Amino acid sequence: MSLEQFKNRNVGTQNYVKLDLDHAPTDAWSQFKQVVKRTFQPELFVGLGVTLREMMNSLFRGKSHTTQYPFEKLPVSPRYRAIHDMLRLMESGNYRCIGCGLCEKICISDCISMETKYDENQRKEVSEYTINFGRCIFCGYCAEVCPELAIVHGGRYENASEQRASFSLFEDLLTPIDQLNLQQEYAGFGAISPNADENIKSTPLAY
Amino acid sequence: MDATMLPEVTAAGVIIKAVLILAVIAAIAGFGTYIERKILAFMQRRLGPQHVGPFGLLQLAADGIKLFTKEDIIPQHANKFIFAIAPVITAATAFIALAAVPVFPGFTVPFTDIYVPSIASDINVGILFVLGMMAAGLYGPLLAGMAQSNKWGIIGSARTAIQFLSYEVVTGLSILAPIMLVGSLSFVDFNTYQTDGVWLVVYQPVAFILFLIAGFAETNRTPFDLLEHEAEIISGYVTEYSGMRWGLFFIGEYANMITIGVIASVVFLGGYNDFWFIPGWIMIIAKIAFSFFFMLWVRASWPHIRPDQLMWLCWKVLMPLAVINILITGLVIMI
Ligand code: SF4
Ligand code: SF4
Repeated sequence: MSLEQFKNRNVGTQNYVKLDLDHAPTDAWSQFKQVVKRTFQPELFVGLGVTLREMMNSLFRGKSHTTQYPFEKLPVSPRYRAIHDMLRLMESGNYRCIGCGLCEKICISDCISMETKYDENQRKEVSEYTINFGRCIFCGYCAEVCPELAIVHGGRYENASEQRASFSLFEDLLTPIDQLNLQQEYAGFGAISPNADENIKSTPLAY
Repeated sequence: MDATMLPEVTAAGVIIKAVLILAVIAAIAGFGTYIERKILAFMQRRLGPQHVGPFGLLQLAADGIKLFTKEDIIPQHANKFIFAIAPVITAATAFIALAAVPVFPGFTVPFTDIYVPSIASDINVGILFVLGMMAAGLYGPLLAGMAQSNKWGIIGSARTAIQFLSYEVVTGLSILAPIMLVGSLSFVDFNTYQTDGVWLVVYQPVAFILFLIAGFAETNRTPFDLLEHEAEIISGYVTEYSGMRWGLFFIGEYANMITIGVIASVVFLGGYNDFWFIPGWIMIIAKIAFSFFFMLWVRASWPHIRPDQLMWLCWKVLMPLAVINILITGLVIMI
């Protein structure tokens, strides 16, 4: 089924199926007939059959719908916006953040705060970087605006913690250096689109 | 079933029996909550309680601890005395009703000659007594709802009054036809009547169905659970109750379910007679268990009905059917 028919907003032109509502009884006799028909129709027993079938399914065929949550987890979409991650450069292992401050600027709940300084090579170095998750609304703007794909959303959605600081410091968000090979690119907000290469055009130099 | 063959029933035997009924039925009623949750869960393809003890069997103990240790709140403007005793009425009437129905076969206590009878008190109007006691159980929800100064409670108790009183009529009329056939009000006579293996449900299918429907209404089970239907009136008459007082309502309700199961089994389904090679006590337990399961099964499958449909069903459908059934039974007996 294509999505086109759902985008049609002209009410009345869609292919709606009308419910068959016209046999409401009008006189006493047809009312009586309806009662008798409903009384002797086995519909209620069909209902009993359905529940019994489902009981057999869940008891003997292992078709239970329950996910036993803390022990089993459902996969989350790669585009899911949970607690942020700070990514590293794959080649050098250095953190990607260049301290440009765009994320701090765009954050609409003003919860990113960072401090930068020049290191000995006169490169920007991030000396402080925290996200206040008590205020973050997980809008994803920071990930979208980041020019280096440094701040992204990760998959940690279990936010219960004894203190907020437990996952809001730069070091906690940063990919651990020994797990660099496991680092995954984020596919969601702000990520490079799959056909990015095709969209890049060489800059016309000859005027 | 010759009464002279049985040992004499002494006071000690009756007391032991009463304690047995209290202990076992209260335990079964508690266990019933576990069964209900498990079966409903399976029918909805869930798992149900499963973390306390093996297969969640000890959930019952956990719930009991919770109920006992919960704060017992009595609302400020409630009529405190009636509020406090209303749950007791429900539970007490449910258990008193069980005094006159046969639960488990009779036996003699080992090393003594105390005979514990099958029925705590085999009065010869057993059915009337049980139905009367279950009808008196109406005062539990009724007083509870009216004493708690809560509008949901008031609506709940109003519904209690109309539902229980109306369906009392259907229960009485539907069970009248088998009583006419048997010619007695004693459960033992009903049992004896069916020793030849032909269950009364064969002669009285309409009465059986009517009795089942009315039994669902009297025990406040889906599709007639209007007294405490969450979506409409919060919890109806139990809105303000907490802790063990609330638990007493629950135990009473489950004991009533068992009583209805016992009456249906003894009156219509052949009682505790042997069936082919299966001994009678297994048969009666199987029948009661099935009727209990049936109540849960229905709860998982069917939606509940509106109060006006409830009244319509009672007075315009079930009661005329019951009266016609009695008329026909009477005619057949006369001819
Ligand atoms: S997700 Fe939104 S609110 Fe949260 S830190 Fe990023 S920009 Fe701020
Ligand atoms: S936008 Fe990206 S590169 Fe710029 S400061 Fe934020 S995380 Fe670092």
